[in-house]
Amino acid sequence: MTAERTAERTAEPGEAARKKTVVFDYGFGNVRSAERALLRAGADVEITRDYEAAMSADGLLVPGVGAFAACMEGLRSARGDWIIERRLAGGRPVLGICVGMQILFARGVEHGVEAEGMGEWPGTVGPLKADADHAVPHMGWNTVTPAEGSRLFEGLAPDDRYYFVHSYAVHDWELTVTNPAMPPPLVSWAEHGAPFVAAVENGPLWATQFHPEKSGDCGARLLANWVASL
Amino acid sequence: MSVAVRVIPCLDVDAGRVVKGVNFTNLRDAGDPVEMAKVYDAEGADELTFLDITASSSDRETTYDVVRRTAEQVFIPLTVGGGVRSGDDVDRLLRAGADKVGVNTAAVARPELIREIAERFGSQVLVLSVDARRRVADDGTADASGTATPSGFEVTTHGGRRGTGVDAVEWARRAAELGAGEILLNSMDADGTRDGYDTEMIEAVRRHVSVPVIASGGAGRPDHFPAAVHAGADAVLAASVFHFGDLRIGEVKSALRAAGAAVR
Repeated sequence: MTAERTAERTAEPGEAARKKTVVFDYGFGNVRSAERALLRAGADVEITRDYEAAMSADGLLVPGVGAFAACMEGLRSARGDWIIERRLAGGRPVLGICVGMQILFARGVEHGVEAEGMGEWPGTVGPLKADADHAVPHMGWNTVTPAEGSRLFEGLAPDDRYYFVHSYAVHDWELTVTNPAMPPPLVSWAEHGAPFVAAVENGPLWATQFHPEKSGDCGARLLANWVASL
Repeated sequence: MSVAVRVIPCLDVDAGRVVKGVNFTNLRDAGDPVEMAKVYDAEGADELTFLDITASSSDRETTYDVVRRTAEQVFIPLTVGGGVRSGDDVDRLLRAGADKVGVNTAAVARPELIREIAERFGSQVLVLSVDARRRVADDGTADASGTATPSGFEVTTHGGRRGTGVDAVEWARRAAELGAGEILLNSMDADGTRDGYDTEMIEAVRRHVSVPVIASGGAGRPDHFPAAVHAGADAVLAASVFHFGDLRIGEVKSALRAAGAAVR
């Protein structure tokens, strides 16, 4: 990130222009970090699981850490799955982060146990494989190959790095869009032993496997790009 | 491209203040961990670690407040260790804004704590800190007393003063199996010497665990860092060389880059 770009990002938009975002609070994820990072990206932020607030926000951020099954269960008990469905049906933006991205897929397999996800996208979240050069969890700063035309990675360079912490990932992107009227989903990839899905932009539903809220200036730019898209 | 080697400064925090010498002239308050964290973030640190050495439990609130204020101003991962004994301790630190929590003595006393924390919060929050020393007899060969552990490295507690008889390599392996997401491997022999990391210890642990290993103890010169990475470390941690300003984060990264390691 250049200083120039940083300055551009931190420029405060006028009060009236500030987008309202909600960090969905269902007990899984560092909601405080997400809140601070969105504020830094120039958005208004509320941390809540309140239905009205989550539905009416310009953007809904769904964090997530820990086990896939536990996260999904937590999301359901907070009626987060329903809120996400309703928002997407109305074309209202949702951003999933880390396990908050993983649970958007059809299923997760952890320790051989399969759990059902939201099914917004087909595909399976499976284990990363460790070898002599690749410790698991995949923990630390890695590069991402942005999809062509990505708005999420706009202004970011190919050698910019983002903070990843995960032991599971989506290795195969299975959704194929055959209807020429539908814009194809933009899938950005990273690699740790094997390529895996690092980010998705699909209509109103965007997601990242890494933690933009912990990825310093690059993460801030990325969140600013999301906020700007709202 | 591959995941970058992480360079991690560690701050010892006592009742909300940084202890050990600090040699930054551009700081308003060099004893304030939040100010220090911001400087390290700006210098390119990849993560930060706070080691809470607060003795009195009544001062613990101060620690949570420091973590809270740091998380508000620093946008890189923060690990907090020291005195963590239960899942509820972990919960409080995570709620305050820590991303990861370091566990040490309490897990040696009760290994099940690792599983409990991993099941409740996920492995990714749990850094198992291993304070290990070489266990050899005075003549430099195998320990004549018969208490040497199989690998020659022993887990210690109480800042290295007390041996446990537990083999350090076996303990790291078992901890990873129980759910530790990372091993912070601190050589009590090398700690404070500035003669370099104990690369043999890093190699020994690396051979037996597949989770990331953070090398700690002994960093003094830029070339010590690539040596630790060559031995198998995924991350390198140092305290006093950074605090005294003897080494800057950028110098360490240059040395790593020159040695062929990926850095941010």
